[in-house]
Amino acid sequence: MDILVCAKRVPDTAENEIEIKADGADIERDDLVYSVNEADNYAVEAALQIAACTGGKVTVVTVGGEEDEEILRREMAMGANGGVLLTDDAFRDSDGRGIAAVLKAFVETGHYDLILTGVQADDGCAQVGGMLAAMLDYPFASLVTSIEVVEGGKLKIAREVEGGNKEIHAIDLPCVLSIQTGINEPRYVGMRGIRQVASIPIPRLGAPDLACALAMTGKGNAKVQRSRYFTPPAGKAAEILEGSRDEVIEKLIDLLKAKGGLN
Amino acid sequence: MPRIFAYVVHNSGVPDDTAAEMPAAARRIDPGQSPVAIVTGWGAELDQVCESLRATYGEIWKIAREPLAHPNAELVRQALVRVVPAGSIVLVPHAHFGTDLSPGLAIKLDAAYVPDVVDMEGVEGRWLKAVRQEFGGLIWARVRCDISTGAVLNIRPGAFRAADGAAANGRVVDRSADVGTLESRRRYLETIAAESGDIDITREPVLVSVGRGIGEQENIAVAEDLAEAMGAAVSCSRPVVDAKWMDKSRQVGSSGKTVRPKVYIACGISGSFQHLAGLKGNPFLVAINKNLKAPIFRVADVGIVDDILEFLPAMAERVREETAVGGKTRRKS
Repeated sequence: MDILVCAKRVPDTAENEIEIKADGADIERDDLVYSVNEADNYAVEAALQIAACTGGKVTVVTVGGEEDEEILRREMAMGANGGVLLTDDAFRDSDGRGIAAVLKAFVETGHYDLILTGVQADDGCAQVGGMLAAMLDYPFASLVTSIEVVEGGKLKIAREVEGGNKEIHAIDLPCVLSIQTGINEPRYVGMRGIRQVASIPIPRLGAPDLACALAMTGKGNAKVQRSRYFTPPAGKAAEILEGSRDEVIEKLIDLLKAKGGLN
Repeated sequence: MPRIFAYVVHNSGVPDDTAAEMPAAARRIDPGQSPVAIVTGWGAELDQVCESLRATYGEIWKIAREPLAHPNAELVRQALVRVVPAGSIVLVPHAHFGTDLSPGLAIKLDAAYVPDVVDMEGVEGRWLKAVRQEFGGLIWARVRCDISTGAVLNIRPGAFRAADGAAANGRVVDRSADVGTLESRRRYLETIAAESGDIDITREPVLVSVGRGIGEQENIAVAEDLAEAMGAAVSCSRPVVDAKWMDKSRQVGSSGKTVRPKVYIACGISGSFQHLAGLKGNPFLVAINKNLKAPIFRVADVGIVDDILEFLPAMAERVREETAVGGKTRRKS
């Protein structure tokens, strides 16, 4: 089974304080530490486990710039057979629909039995996988927490729903699945692994190769545009307990007694 | 102004809470408009849902088809594409079903899609102004959305306050015959209920809850120690379960358990809306987090900016002193 995983390079919120620029147009990107979107690692791991059983290749693709190559290499170090960078000025500032259109154009240049995305990325949109599936007329399922390959070009998948319950569906290949975090334990990638794939060429495709996407890409074609980032309006805010740690603990103990948290 | 529809999610014959919130969201787009509810399903449960929606909606489109008896967003999408007029705005709750349905629905309707909308600020020309959050709620963003070919807007549950107005006494319009054949290459098989764990966190009055900030599995012991000292139980947020550090049955949130404790102590939990959705009954909420900007501090009653790995052991020690002496004396510092 040949599997395509769509990945994104995002600011690592564990490593950075995310700050808004003074004009609100963007976040402060100088000195940000970036990494692969967390859910995408789970998607790559899921792809590697399936390919290990069924045979076939795992390809990782991203839409972005030169700097995004690093995440393709990281996922190749995990075991993906190849990475592809879809890059062109015409793709810049696309909305989710524009990104999905670029990916659709790329998918149609090859043959993939299964396409995986992470459940969502830094913007919390969780949209590209479902859009890509609709554009390709492939079936789609989101929030996938297990995948089992069954006979006859089908998968049996579990979706996470309310209350920790699981919905089980059969889904025909080719299909698109968005992978929920926790589906597996993504394998560790060390510096040695990254070095081993450092010299493998990463093909780049641009507007001439993916021309059918151009009607939907770029800021001009974006139906959804971010106007500005801002600091949230003041809501109910916590009373911050001040003082030394011991003083804070004394205050907290009094509050917990009053609220029934301590007897 | 385009017509506004609200796709109503329901369970066991009862509309989801978001059914009452979507008319409020619609008024933030067009104060003069009352949305049309669309509800899909099959059998007596669907009729019950339609009946109860008559209180909130002036018009309810019922789509009763046997293939829609079980959850399958692929089939619902087909049905909606066939009845929703071009250029409409469709509101959908941003939860497990909405994330399955809406991205593809927007593509098939050739409409714009804005996920997880927390507020809206009206329409200017062809642009609808909406508010979203990014980076797990750390940063907010104003977005504009071109509604000239319609829009699908996923509405965050709880973000729009349900208005209690006069009963709408709505009429139910049966659109079942208008959706044609429903076919999908995805088939619902069954729903498997969550496994119950060693303790039932939904019954615990006091929860010490750990999040990503706990850092490593072995550090969970400090939360367990405090919980033991307090006679409380330990729960957690999603990243702790993803990392396999705690059992899924301990997870609080929209994909885990819904808890109603008296006191909830959130330790190293940033406070994503999915986590907070599992916290009901207005508990006394204490947040302990290194980052004062964490969204949890916007909803907590009391905040402590400290390293949980140092704070929790100190707290446990003090709680033990307190309970050992019956709370009559105070440590001299």
